[in-house]
Amino acid sequence: MTPSPSSLPSSAHSSSAHQDESPINLQALYRRLPRWLNRFIPSGGGQHEDHHGKSLFGMTIFLLSESMIFVSFFATYVILRLESVDWFPPGITGPEASPSVILHTVVLVSSSFVIYFAERSLKRRKLTQFRLLWLLTSAMGIYFLIGEWQEWQGLDFGLDTGLMGGTFYILTGFHGLHVATGVLLQMIMLGRSFLSHNYEDGHFGVTAAALFWHFVDVIWLVLFSLIYLW
Amino acid sequence: MTSPDLTPSDLTPSGLAPSAEPWQRYFSFSTDHKVIGIQYLITSFGFLLIGGLLAMLMRAELLTPALNVVSRELYDGLFTMHGTVMIFLWTIPTFVGLANYLVPLMIGARDMAFPKLNAIAFWILPAAGVLLLSSFFLPGGSAQSGWWSYPPLSTQIAASDGLLCGQINGQSVWIISMVLIGISSIMAAVNFVTTILWMRAPGMTLFKMPIFVWTMLSAQLMQLIFLPSLTGALILLLFDLNFGTHFFQPFEGGNPVLYEHLFWFYSHPAVYIWALPAWGVFSEVIPAFTRNPLFGYRSVAIATFTFVPITGVVWVHHMFASGTPGWMRTFFMFTTELVAVPTGIKVFAWTATIWRSRLHLDTPLLFAMGGVVMFVLAGITGVMLGVLPFDLHVNNTYFIVGHFHYIVFNTIVMAYFAGIYYWFPKLTGRMYSENWGRLHFGLVFIGANLNFFPMFPLGLQGMLRRVSSYDPQYADWNVLASLGAFFLGVSTLPFIVNIIVSWMQGTPAEDNPWYATGLEWQTTSPPPKENFEEIPVVTLLPYSYGDSRYSVQDTSSL
Repeated sequence: MTPSPSSLPSSAHSSSAHQDESPINLQALYRRLPRWLNRFIPSGGGQHEDHHGKSLFGMTIFLLSESMIFVSFFATYVILRLESVDWFPPGITGPEASPSVILHTVVLVSSSFVIYFAERSLKRRKLTQFRLLWLLTSAMGIYFLIGEWQEWQGLDFGLDTGLMGGTFYILTGFHGLHVATGVLLQMIMLGRSFLSHNYEDGHFGVTAAALFWHFVDVIWLVLFSLIYLW
Repeated sequence: MTSPDLTPSDLTPSGLAPSAEPWQRYFSFSTDHKVIGIQYLITSFGFLLIGGLLAMLMRAELLTPALNVVSRELYDGLFTMHGTVMIFLWTIPTFVGLANYLVPLMIGARDMAFPKLNAIAFWILPAAGVLLLSSFFLPGGSAQSGWWSYPPLSTQIAASDGLLCGQINGQSVWIISMVLIGISSIMAAVNFVTTILWMRAPGMTLFKMPIFVWTMLSAQLMQLIFLPSLTGALILLLFDLNFGTHFFQPFEGGNPVLYEHLFWFYSHPAVYIWALPAWGVFSEVIPAFTRNPLFGYRSVAIATFTFVPITGVVWVHHMFASGTPGWMRTFFMFTTELVAVPTGIKVFAWTATIWRSRLHLDTPLLFAMGGVVMFVLAGITGVMLGVLPFDLHVNNTYFIVGHFHYIVFNTIVMAYFAGIYYWFPKLTGRMYSENWGRLHFGLVFIGANLNFFPMFPLGLQGMLRRVSSYDPQYADWNVLASLGAFFLGVSTLPFIVNIIVSWMQGTPAEDNPWYATGLEWQTTSPPPKENFEEIPVVTLLPYSYGDSRYSVQDTSSL
């Protein structure tokens, strides 16, 4: 009963044996993409050795996936708020875009530029400059976390104050957790920069930490618009 | 035919140990994708047995109309844990395990893209599973609100039901284990998508990948896109349960239907995350045993991938009876029926592959054909359920239970067995016993239909699901279903015996005992540590049965 290698030649198949290109010519499509996008997209197989590109791709799809948790929280917030008849319980004004909130928003957003220059100095092999800018980014992240903590202390509502309180603390808290993770990643990368020869053959960890930081930043911009500007 | 039967002469050690490496490596933090694959398969099979035991307890209760075996609370816990264990600890991990073993081999890679991440993703699983099952020993028992855990039911837990002022109760343990399993799934998904897109051997273009790889790519992309929505919902549910928020509490202004949306936004795609790899197995097994190329390979690949977008717009059909507005019902009814198109393409392709071929009725093909036939029945009831008026009529009855068990057991588990028998020689380097395999198929096929078919008439007559006692008029069909469940439980025994005895003492297998195409058959059985001595260069389409040319260049090195 074992199938034999030569049984039943198929005429339908033999004509298409060499027709292996996809209906859309993906290879040509890749070549026309801008280079920054191109490096995220693998082509026709056989790039085993590209560890940097592979890892960066993994990190990117992970962040896209992670952003879906925020999307589900944002959707919850928007739907609950649209449906709610008394979003702000009597006597409570809710979170306000106070000068301090705006200040730590500005600090977080500018830190994205700082980390960009840090990454660039590493690429140009200016290690001291990289460490300084990298440390500055972490400091700005910590400043943001402290600012947020102080804002939490000064609020007149808690986690169980209506849907407004719950969504506010969930959104800012979950984002804050990501900022803290980002700072932790930066610390690890800073430590690793003191190991000799560590960044000589690529620096995926630094790129990934920077990518994560930009992600945290973009999420904050959406969050800020939804909570403080609406 | 190298078909060892379990006769004494076959049980003598062959002396040809296919793998010199000790079995202890399966209990270590190994980063080899083949070891991790086996770890997944064995762990999830253990959970299958546990889930099956829970199901048999339920069927024992349902043998008679009255409540006489377990308490109502325990019964609620049983069906909740049965669903959760079977879905999250058996179906998903077992195919992740099979794919972990096979995908790198099929695409010509030496390992997964991130081996360490792979190992971490696996080891979360047994921990989360043990945590979940340990909730049976809490004062109030395990979670009891079904695997959906709809609020407000799931958040009404008395403080006396848990430890630490009720903070640690069955429901919160359930949520935490689900989040852990979710983290593991995301790790696996990142790994699979990266592996499939970046690690293919030279010449292995997307449209030369075997369908099993296509199904894993699509399923794991779905995990990445949709699973975070469940994680988000569970975090909010945990806060409602333990920290005094009211996101889903209708009496405090919250919206319980919102949870249902977030839950089904993942859990509908999840159905395809379970089913797609099963269909992938059919697409591998059927061509190999009919000696025909898979009919319409490219259409099947594209149909597989179209599930990714389609599945994102059908979830509301689980909520037709949840006060869903009329426009939404109509819209989601149409999108749901759209699912029948790619599924139809697949069934058509399998049928056309089998059509007028010489069948080699070995165990894998028996399971695959059994699975396809059952899948047609499951699919037809799915189309029926997608129609709004019919769905409202049978809503919350056994018809639904029958439908999804025809998918999950009669299709997906059949595919799992087909896959295990098909790749058993590759995984272990030994042949399984063909006669015991056929016996196993017969028992499973009869048991599964005896167990799940009665659920259709029961549902149409109006028997509700999730009840531990019922009106005596439903007794006859329930007795049949319960007998089927016990039959199914017993049917696992020949499988276990066959696998264990064959693995230890079976006849050594050839590298390619089925004369199948596919890169996994071009290396030794079991494959060496780095899979291939030299990375093959792929030249032909997959399933080139009947084509006398080699599918890779320079076969001398293989």
